[in-house]
Amino acid sequence: MSSILIIEQILNGLQFGVMLFLMAAGLTLIFGVMGLINLAHGSLYMVGAFAAAAVAGLTGSFLLGLIAALIAAAFAGAIIEMVVIRRLYKAAHLDQVLATFALILIFSEGTRWVFGSFPLFLDIPDALSGPVTLPGGIQYPLYRLTLIAIGLLVALGLWALIERTRIGIQIRAGENDREMIGALGVDISKLYTLIFALGAALAGLAGALVGAIQSVQVGMGEPVLILAFVVIVIGGIGSIRGAFVGALLVGLTDTLGGVFLPELFKLFMEAGAAQKSGSALASMSIYMLMGLVLIWRPTGLFGART
Amino acid sequence: MKNLILATATAALCATGVLAEDVKVGMITTLSGGGAGLGIDVRDGFMLAIAQSGRDDIEVVIEDDQRKPDIAVQLSDKMIQSERVDVMTGIIWSNLAMAVVPAAVNQDVFYLSPNAGPSPLAGQGCHQNYFNVAWQNDNLHEAAGSYANGAGYANSFILAPNYPAGQDALTGYKRMYDGELAGEVFTQLGQTDYAAEIAQIRASGADSVFFFLPGGMGISFLKQYADSGVDIPVVGPAFSFDQGILQAVGDAALGVVNTSQWNKDIDNPTNAAFVDSFQAEYDRLPSLYASQGFDTANLLLSALSVAHPNDADAFRDALRAADFDSTRGDFAFGPNHHPVQTIYAREVIQEGDVFTNKIIGVALENHSDAYAAMCKM
Amino acid sequence: MKLNERAINTVVLLGLLALPLYALVVDEPFTITLVTRAVILALAAVGLNIVLGIGGLVSFGHALFFGIGGYAMGILAYHAQTYTTLNLGFFSTGGTKLMPVIWLVAMTVSAIVAYVIGKLTLRTSGVYFIMITLAFAQMFYYFTISWAQYGGEDGLSIYIRNDFPGLNTLVPIQFFAICFVILCSVLFLYARLQASPFGLALNATRQSATRVEAVGLDPMKLKLLAFVISGAVTGLAGALFADLNRFVSPTMFSWQLSGELIVLIIIGGVGRLMGPVIGACVFVALEHFLGGLTSFWHIYLGVILLCIVLFARGGILGLLTGKEGAHV
Repeated sequence: MSSILIIEQILNGLQFGVMLFLMAAGLTLIFGVMGLINLAHGSLYMVGAFAAAAVAGLTGSFLLGLIAALIAAAFAGAIIEMVVIRRLYKAAHLDQVLATFALILIFSEGTRWVFGSFPLFLDIPDALSGPVTLPGGIQYPLYRLTLIAIGLLVALGLWALIERTRIGIQIRAGENDREMIGALGVDISKLYTLIFALGAALAGLAGALVGAIQSVQVGMGEPVLILAFVVIVIGGIGSIRGAFVGALLVGLTDTLGGVFLPELFKLFMEAGAAQKSGSALASMSIYMLMGLVLIWRPTGLFGART
Repeated sequence: MKNLILATATAALCATGVLAEDVKVGMITTLSGGGAGLGIDVRDGFMLAIAQSGRDDIEVVIEDDQRKPDIAVQLSDKMIQSERVDVMTGIIWSNLAMAVVPAAVNQDVFYLSPNAGPSPLAGQGCHQNYFNVAWQNDNLHEAAGSYANGAGYANSFILAPNYPAGQDALTGYKRMYDGELAGEVFTQLGQTDYAAEIAQIRASGADSVFFFLPGGMGISFLKQYADSGVDIPVVGPAFSFDQGILQAVGDAALGVVNTSQWNKDIDNPTNAAFVDSFQAEYDRLPSLYASQGFDTANLLLSALSVAHPNDADAFRDALRAADFDSTRGDFAFGPNHHPVQTIYAREVIQEGDVFTNKIIGVALENHSDAYAAMCKM
Repeated sequence: MKLNERAINTVVLLGLLALPLYALVVDEPFTITLVTRAVILALAAVGLNIVLGIGGLVSFGHALFFGIGGYAMGILAYHAQTYTTLNLGFFSTGGTKLMPVIWLVAMTVSAIVAYVIGKLTLRTSGVYFIMITLAFAQMFYYFTISWAQYGGEDGLSIYIRNDFPGLNTLVPIQFFAICFVILCSVLFLYARLQASPFGLALNATRQSATRVEAVGLDPMKLKLLAFVISGAVTGLAGALFADLNRFVSPTMFSWQLSGELIVLIIIGGVGRLMGPVIGACVFVALEHFLGGLTSFWHIYLGVILLCIVLFARGGILGLLTGKEGAHV
């Protein structure tokens, strides 16, 4: 196996990882500040992808599609926060799981009702299509490089938002002591709606960006949701830094495991069997990673110690 | 689980002149969730043929299996125990078919498969009451292998999801394909990102790629493949190039060769009439699945004009004779009640705004399947 | 409306018995099958209710044990049906079609797996516990999908339902009777368990683990024992479910199924004896009747679930008796 292939696979893992980070960042913020488990986060990812596909289809502009995705997801997020989620902050985790599970059902079938059962078309813009040649002669799709760049920029932006702005101070204060910042005169319910919409917009952005290279269809959010949960649990719930490290770990484990485990098995097995058992193990690998991390550190890598 | 019941007021006579006894058909298919497009097409094709027959003594009960095996089994129990249907049909997915069909045919119900053709039902598990009107699962992959030989490919990279139908697909391709393998990869079921596999394809030095990735997986793969700059020719079975999903793949699919037993440009009067009437009725182009639903219904109608399912032996013989006009032209059953048919190579083209397929040649002529010899009926 | 919970429980159980008998009289065998499905799902949820309701542990991976039970049935019956040998190295068998043996295997294997997983996961709590149990279920899910020997994603079909001495299990009412008797026995055990010193101590760990420790009990051991019992009961339900469908597949391990089991308990009422039973009946009825009305029935199901969470904490039983019940 050549070093070019290995570098290319690492880039793939990185790209997968930063997209997972966009999903996980919202989830972990919402959990950290409001203590809420939001299973419907995957639905917001789907809303973003459908909005982008619909608008890009009408106008022919991918950029307008992206903007539509951000707005639609943030709007959907704000609405469900105000109508449903707000009533759940004090509820048990169990109630939150059930209520947001119900929201998944409503969003999925509602989307199918509006857009029908067939996948929608969303393509990458012409300016970003095709491969570029990187130093070392590696051919790599420009769009995927753009995704890595956007993901890293968003990570940087979030860090700046939380560490350097007034809202960031409120968010950090909210993570530490919810009642106290209310007592200090911060409008909690507005802050919560804002954070929820921000998380939703990030999920919608991820949906639209990834939708261009995958298929935009009902149910697309659920596999990503499970992965995003794995990410934030590995990283430690509530920690943006943890979400970032967790996302890259999961992205790299999944991509590299799928490629190298079958190769590894071929060293001591017949090729066909090695291929089958290697890819079977690879599909379980991120869950094993999560299990190991939690057995080693029960609150994740960067989680608060209890 | 919408109940759709066809009934009109006039009385009817069978073609043989015997006073007809009503026939009840149970259709279990996927009408909600991710795979709903396929089930809807089968249903629409089937109901179109029933409507065109003008027969009002056929009642079709339609239920949605949500693509869940346990729901399908439950519905099948309902069809048999409560509705007391004579004939069942409709299932799209092999795993659901394996859950439903063996039990159903053992309870003396006839089952006509409009889509799934898992290998156990073609070989050792074949049954006299089970008829497959579409294909044995391996058929289109075998045709792809045969096409690859004809196109002069000698070093294929092949990939499919790691589940039984995926493993069968690669086996089917290799059964007919004579060249070398540049690589063989099993992906995860439901995988959406194929960057890693595409990198392996690029590094493998292959001269062709064969893939079987049904539904959304195929859309993702094709879009990413087109964007990667790898320009090795791609071959696949029709499932990723079907009318329903081609629009979602867009330009990325143009020029790709895929194998299918049906296409809308097969030149026979039945097919032309089918394509026209389907478009008129539903305002969209028919898909492979719609044609299979349509053929299934016409097979059923042809047998009903000879005998009622209550007369099981006569009805079975009538089904076996397959005396109907298929959209595919000639149609006959092999000894295991699976089709013996010609499979074509198609190419994806653009007609105006619409992406569709055009036949470019024959991949396999009068092809049966590899399991027929194992069937002892 | 304040009703006596014991009276409601009696009515539900009698109703559950009367409906299939009525269906038998009017010759509607499918109704019996539907009720049997509700009974088996209820059994699985009662198992989950031991850790969730009494112990306060939200396991989002209980489909794991449901699936293990299913595959225990599938694998044993498959070998018996094909006359092949199942060789485990230290032990080989030709499989079996006898239900009691299958149940024993299903419960034993589930209990062993629950012990190992419990050992590893019970150190975590809250969301971490929810997610790590999900992770283990997902591992089994992906493993069985690629386990070609037993059908992979296609699953395994068992052509004829397994045998129970003296009964014809293919007759819907007889199979229903088996499942109903098992459910009643397990409900009886659940009630005894809840009132036993062990149950009380377990309930106490839910409220305050430190206090339990202070009186000299080991909360870890209590939770582990509860997890093992819970896994075994859900495993038994899995074996019955597989027999009802005469089919097993990896979907029995899916996270949606884990979610559905939790949903059943919440609909009925968390930590209550009959909560899972009422939940399962309501769920199966909704699935059947709403599904008959519209193919977009999931929307309505979602709205109903949402209303239960928002306006009927404590589930249907909580609503009827006016008590919210256990908090998790």
